[in-house]
Amino acid sequence: MIYLRLFLEFFKIGLFAVGGGLATLPFLSDLSDKTGWFTQAQLADMIAISESTPGPIGVNSATYVGFTSAGPLGSLCATLGLITPSVIIILIVARILKAFKENQTVKAVFYGLRPASTGLIAAAGWTVISISILNLALFKETGNVLDLFSIKALVLAVIIYLLSNNIKQTKKLHPVYFLALAALAGIFFNFAG
Amino acid sequence: MNSYLDLFLTFARIGGLTFGGGYAMLPMLQKEVVEKRNWATEEELMDYYAIGQCTPGVIAVNTATFIGYKNKGIPGAIFATLGVVSPSLCIIIIIAAFIRNFTDLAIVKNAFAGIRVAVCVLIINAVKKLYKSSVIDKLTLAIFIAVALISILTDISPIILVLGAGIVGYLGKKVQKQ
Repeated sequence: MIYLRLFLEFFKIGLFAVGGGLATLPFLSDLSDKTGWFTQAQLADMIAISESTPGPIGVNSATYVGFTSAGPLGSLCATLGLITPSVIIILIVARILKAFKENQTVKAVFYGLRPASTGLIAAAGWTVISISILNLALFKETGNVLDLFSIKALVLAVIIYLLSNNIKQTKKLHPVYFLALAALAGIFFNFAG
Repeated sequence: MNSYLDLFLTFARIGGLTFGGGYAMLPMLQKEVVEKRNWATEEELMDYYAIGQCTPGVIAVNTATFIGYKNKGIPGAIFATLGVVSPSLCIIIIIAAFIRNFTDLAIVKNAFAGIRVAVCVLIINAVKKLYKSSVIDKLTLAIFIAVALISILTDISPIILVLGAGIVGYLGKKVQKQ
């Protein structure tokens, strides 16, 4: 019964992949070898599609693999399998947290966790910046500072930064408007090169 | 509006508008969940992200479950979680079924190259807000810098960084009290 197996395989991935969507990839590669439900080439397509469609990457890959292996019902089973362990674990953690919210030890721990959380997000931001605005590979090759920035991307980034921080009429806009503007700029100015 | 439906639809909107995984969801969460609906505070968002790093599963799902549970108990958690995954389900099924070579299409490539630039700026904005409420003294500044640098420069697991920061925070508070 492929549906049940999909659910269980993704349940396992959901249970063991710690640290977000990309952490599921090694498990998926393993699953491909083990079951033959999808090929490594399909897995590579899947990563590209997951990264260029909205939604959590882990969920996108589960849906894609489920669909490739067993149609729409397969994608539903794989996705539900993936999220079920998270939901159960988080419900338990949330309950415990609620009970100990005013506890001094818990408060002290979170005092240290919050800047760490911010630091991790800043690091993730740096990763995206280094691939989409900077051009590190070209810079290393030529050593020319002008090659360090992808000029079109840098200009767009500065415009969006000003619109979302400094200009009164636009700074309260929903982030989706900035995404839409960036998508249009990407299409008109041929951002992918 | 029915509050379960509201949770489902809000998280569906967040799931449908997040490009590039859990961290890119943060600006949407700040707008929809913190600013517009007061379902959580900036501090709670950071707590959920830190816990999401150390618990298995997709961070977006973990965060949705947390916020849903906090507001409407277990059914709330389920509605928020189903909300955050449903746009992915629909979009990926459509692409997988009908569009061949989706990622080779020039328009898709260009649009996403543009979107990634916006995502950078949105993450910078999100970090600025979080920084204000999490970096409140010298010790938290040191933790922020150390975690960001270690995470960029090494392959050390975020779990270790989060656990380490928790311990440093705990010890720091102890010393400050004495």
